[in-house]
Amino acid sequence: MKPAEPAASSAPLLEVKGLRKHFPISEGLLIGRKIGEVKAVDGVDFTIRRGETLGLVGESGCGKTTTGRCILRLERPTAGEIRYNGLDIATLKGRPLLELRRRIQVIFQDPYSSLNPRMKVGQIIAEPIRAHGIERDRARRAARVHELLSVCDLDPAFADRYPHEMSGGQRQRVGIARALALEPEFIVCDEAVSALDVSIQAQIINLLEDLRERFHLTYLFIAHDLSVVRHICHRVAVMYLGRIVELADCDQLFDNPQHPYTQALLAAVPVPDPEVERRRAFRPLVGEVPSTINPPSGCTFHPRCPIAVSACRQARPELRELRPRHWVACGQVDWPFERHEFAGIRSPPKRAVPPPPNKEAGTQQHEQNGRIRWDRGLGCRRLVLLRR
Amino acid sequence: MPLLDVVDLHAEFRTGLGRVPAVNGVSFTVDRGETVAIVGESGSGKSASALSLLRLIPDPPGRITGGRILFDGRDLLQLSEAEMRQVRGGDIGMVFQEPMTSLNPVLTIGRQITETLEQHRGADRTGAERRAIELLSLVGIADPGRRLKQYPHQLSGGMRQRIMIAIAIACDPKLIIADEPTTALDVTIQAQILELMKDLTRRLGAALIIITHNLGVVARYANRVNVMYAGRIVESGPAAAVYRRPRHPYTMALLRSVPRIDRPRQSRLDPILGQPPDLTRVDDGCAFRPRCRFAIAACARRRPTLMAGREAGHLAACLRQDEIALGAEMAL
Repeated sequence: MKPAEPAASSAPLLEVKGLRKHFPISEGLLIGRKIGEVKAVDGVDFTIRRGETLGLVGESGCGKTTTGRCILRLERPTAGEIRYNGLDIATLKGRPLLELRRRIQVIFQDPYSSLNPRMKVGQIIAEPIRAHGIERDRARRAARVHELLSVCDLDPAFADRYPHEMSGGQRQRVGIARALALEPEFIVCDEAVSALDVSIQAQIINLLEDLRERFHLTYLFIAHDLSVVRHICHRVAVMYLGRIVELADCDQLFDNPQHPYTQALLAAVPVPDPEVERRRAFRPLVGEVPSTINPPSGCTFHPRCPIAVSACRQARPELRELRPRHWVACGQVDWPFERHEFAGIRSPPKRAVPPPPNKEAGTQQHEQNGRIRWDRGLGCRRLVLLRR
Repeated sequence: MPLLDVVDLHAEFRTGLGRVPAVNGVSFTVDRGETVAIVGESGSGKSASALSLLRLIPDPPGRITGGRILFDGRDLLQLSEAEMRQVRGGDIGMVFQEPMTSLNPVLTIGRQITETLEQHRGADRTGAERRAIELLSLVGIADPGRRLKQYPHQLSGGMRQRIMIAIAIACDPKLIIADEPTTALDVTIQAQILELMKDLTRRLGAALIIITHNLGVVARYANRVNVMYAGRIVESGPAAAVYRRPRHPYTMALLRSVPRIDRPRQSRLDPILGQPPDLTRVDDGCAFRPRCRFAIAACARRRPTLMAGREAGHLAACLRQDEIALGAEMAL
């Protein structure tokens, strides 16, 4: 059960401001000369309150994993602030960084490669406890391992087994037990259920939800599966080419997506129901994700965007609070909503560049023809005829 | 007569831990021009079945141990290796999961397409090249002339999968087998590739077998669906019927365990308990029994065979399928 969202007034546990991570591209064997950079994360802002789960979604290369790695301080950010409990951790070093690692943990995607094949499960889970010098007594450490295994619904006898003797789902439980070993407050789940089979995925999602409630955890849930994100998250941020393009409460984002990229992502998710699928008029987004080395000018989504106008090529839209708690980085969405819906995904514009917005004309058109609404049931835009 | 008629196909892998019956008596048909899905989780035998159809199971450790694969009237298991090579890439095209490993990294895109044409259709160099350019435009690749001279690593994942599709349709096949064609791709690219395959199979009149674990993909594209569990087909029927009124508890549980974007959010997911079966240790009973909430004593005694229900063409391998079908409508 998704617990009620923490009160809006509570202070944020994590505050990310203007986060950037650029990876240099160098040429030359001995003296590397920098010839460019990959802007993996290019100005990301968000906050996460205690007890909240924020989803971070987007396609590969959008920077969601790098954002997570910066928060874990597995990467050193190029610029920006990451405030954890008020303390800027972006530049933390030495002892304070070690302290921080006890409070922020991670669950990785692939339970096959994130567990050391030469270590027994018991050793894997005890490793953080040992490394941080929390429990020096071997017997008490073993008892703690057994406790952690049963918390993750595994038989404590698994402590003496090796990862290869376990199934994917069981291995992921070991990864979760290891993340819990230091009693963290904050866990970055980086595609934690993506590699699992459908039947096992549901088990692990339920476990993550139980643990969140039991240990008052806060999650950053990085994933590409939108239906899973919708199930587990309180708020969701959609990333594209290193930036957040839309950020809103979960229900708001899925029921009323504003950014054309979010709409396209939702429309692309096939629903496991042939009858629903038959009713969906589906037109996939054109083109591929451009390179982060040389991103398009202006709004980076404009080459694939069905509603782009010439202004989109010039200025990059900032993330704006369009409605309370609903942030969108699109220059077009403050047109009357109906206006851009007519040029929307279902009926792409005939001309590449539609004329500049005309509020009156747009409203009139919608009164004549009806209204195109985002239909949550169908996961696509749908024309709703107005009754006369 | 169906285009493809697979009858009681058996394939096994011999491993250090014992004999793994990966494909254990699989039978299904594919009609001309139709899209059939084989859906299942890892280890269910869906990919092994697809590879067996083309006799591509690595031997050793794998081996096809029985059955018939009637394709267009011929039993593929009786063909010589040379005749089989003419079928693969000729009348049957293939698209695999990982385009990076299925394309040859040291040959240009162009060469990999023209090779197929020269092998199967005896095309000459210039004719093959002309056709290759045509094929690339057909699969939506811009600037095909330039792309022909490039190598696989110079292309994105989605583009490489388009090349795989171009090779698969090069010889105007009657059947295309796509094994998890979009699993490695992002959701917007996945949508592009699937739409492309649907459009092309329709235009070419080719049948398509799509092997996937994604229930949504099946719902969007398949006419009929075969659900596999532990090396066997446990349910088979028209996609609409299988999704609306599943007759096997595994299918029902699978459908219930996925969060759905088109429905109000559930407070809690309903997972399938337990672990997938160990195929080296299967007994005579139903393999899903330990995880099944409808299991009764009789399920341990004998393994149910695929049996028809009330609706024509909708089969399930479950002793209690009629009760389950009645309950499914209310439960789902």
